[in-house]
Amino acid sequence: MSEAQEYVPSVIKAEELNPKFKYEMSKKHGAEKIMLCFQCGTCTADCPISRFSDFYRPRKIARMMQLGLKDRLLSDEALWLCSSCFTCVDHCPQGVEIAGIVRVLRNLSVKENRIMPLVYRELASNLLKGGYVYEIVESRHKKRAELGLPPLPKPNLEEIAKIFEITGSSKMLENVKTFEKVKS
Amino acid sequence: MPKYLIFLGCVIPYRLSSYEISARKVLEKLDVELVEMPTFNCCGYPMDAINHELMLTLAARNLCVAEKENLNILALCNGCFCSLNETNKMLKEDKKLREEVNGHLKAIGMEFKGTIEVKHLAHVLAEDVGFDKIKDAVKKPLTNLSVAQHSGCHILRPAKYVGHGDDPENPTLLKNLIRLTGAQCLDYMDESACCGNPIIGVNEEVPFQMAKEKLDHIRAVKAQALITACPFCHMMFDMNQPRIERAFNEKFGIPVLHYPQLLGLAMGFSPDELGLGELRVKPTELLNQIQGGKS
Ligand code: SF4
Ligand code: SF4
Repeated sequence: MSEAQEYVPSVIKAEELNPKFKYEMSKKHGAEKIMLCFQCGTCTADCPISRFSDFYRPRKIARMMQLGLKDRLLSDEALWLCSSCFTCVDHCPQGVEIAGIVRVLRNLSVKENRIMPLVYRELASNLLKGGYVYEIVESRHKKRAELGLPPLPKPNLEEIAKIFEITGSSKMLENVKTFEKVKS
Repeated sequence: MPKYLIFLGCVIPYRLSSYEISARKVLEKLDVELVEMPTFNCCGYPMDAINHELMLTLAARNLCVAEKENLNILALCNGCFCSLNETNKMLKEDKKLREEVNGHLKAIGMEFKGTIEVKHLAHVLAEDVGFDKIKDAVKKPLTNLSVAQHSGCHILRPAKYVGHGDDPENPTLLKNLIRLTGAQCLDYMDESACCGNPIIGVNEEVPFQMAKEKLDHIRAVKAQALITACPFCHMMFDMNQPRIERAFNEKFGIPVLHYPQLLGLAMGFSPDELGLGELRVKPTELLNQIQGGKS
């Protein structure tokens, strides 16, 4: 990418910083090691998404979490570009687990009714309706029989609904705003 | 005789029965007994981004079902392997997390005990069946065939959870399984790079560039086919190949086979029996070469 196209963030103001944020986050499963990030940049260098995206930078996400720039982190749709390939997890010299940090931030965005990609609402609604995240139409079942494949295992929809409820997922999914595509 | 609970996941029944058909064929021939899940829900993987606890509990429910059957799980999909295996290991190691998840499972009358294991098809073939037995089952070695492999992220990384000893920087498990068929497995640049498919629901440009680069590298070493072990990677390289070709104005024409399809051919199954007709990029030349007796 040419330099002219590079994303230039606006200046950070002191009142945006929240020193407590990193401590809150480090209690969440997956983000425990956020304080250990020393900004070496290995994660960004080895991230396949950063390689082709002008915006997605895992090192920056780690630093922004350390600084407590919560609103900036959660309002940036690029957060949803991580492919969970776990390259950063294996390569980080400090064991920071960026993929876990990104997941914690995404979860927080959904929990606080901010934003998430539309596709997750579709997957979740299919799961609740049929146990599978894609809708398996009747013709698929017939085709299986024709191909000599055994019938698909049946879901227990009551139990799935209960799992959604008890993990607080049903409410979350109702209220969060959705967007379709992320600019790269 | 190894016996496993087969975990199909969602995308295989939805779109890729060719993977299931070929896997069942070769496993039966190799004396691996498959038992169907008595009750099923999505492995949880797609829900991790929106709620980690939801993912853990959905995965754990499947693990509890397997515990009740007293059987280990065999997953065909890397994504299912990832969520089921990681959840299984995390819950076994982390008492606090286990208590949390068991708290949720109580509502549906289940409890995670940590008595089973989760394996991917590649692990079952390499560890339970074993290289010798596979070699013996190869009746029509695919000599003269040169292919490349794409293991897919989640049977390689994160190394601390995957287990089974493969090297994510230089993966050899799938390569060695391919070599048992008599085919050559070529090295190429950035072999363990991600296919890009996990984000295709939110952005197509980046995954297309990732997959295109991979196809470039595979073409550069003149591989006749790409061999995968994950339905999502397969979709990225097979189903989307014509679209990638259009987007970059390139012609690749690289057939993408599920590993059990390749193995099945070497074991003497017909292309029809292995669902090869379902592939988007038709492996015509490759089949001609195999059936033409040149190999
Ligand atoms: S590789 Fe680890 S230590 Fe280095 S910048 Fe990334 S998260 Fe921080
Ligand atoms: S897991 Fe996400 S942040 Fe880490 S290397 Fe892969 S795409 Fe990049």
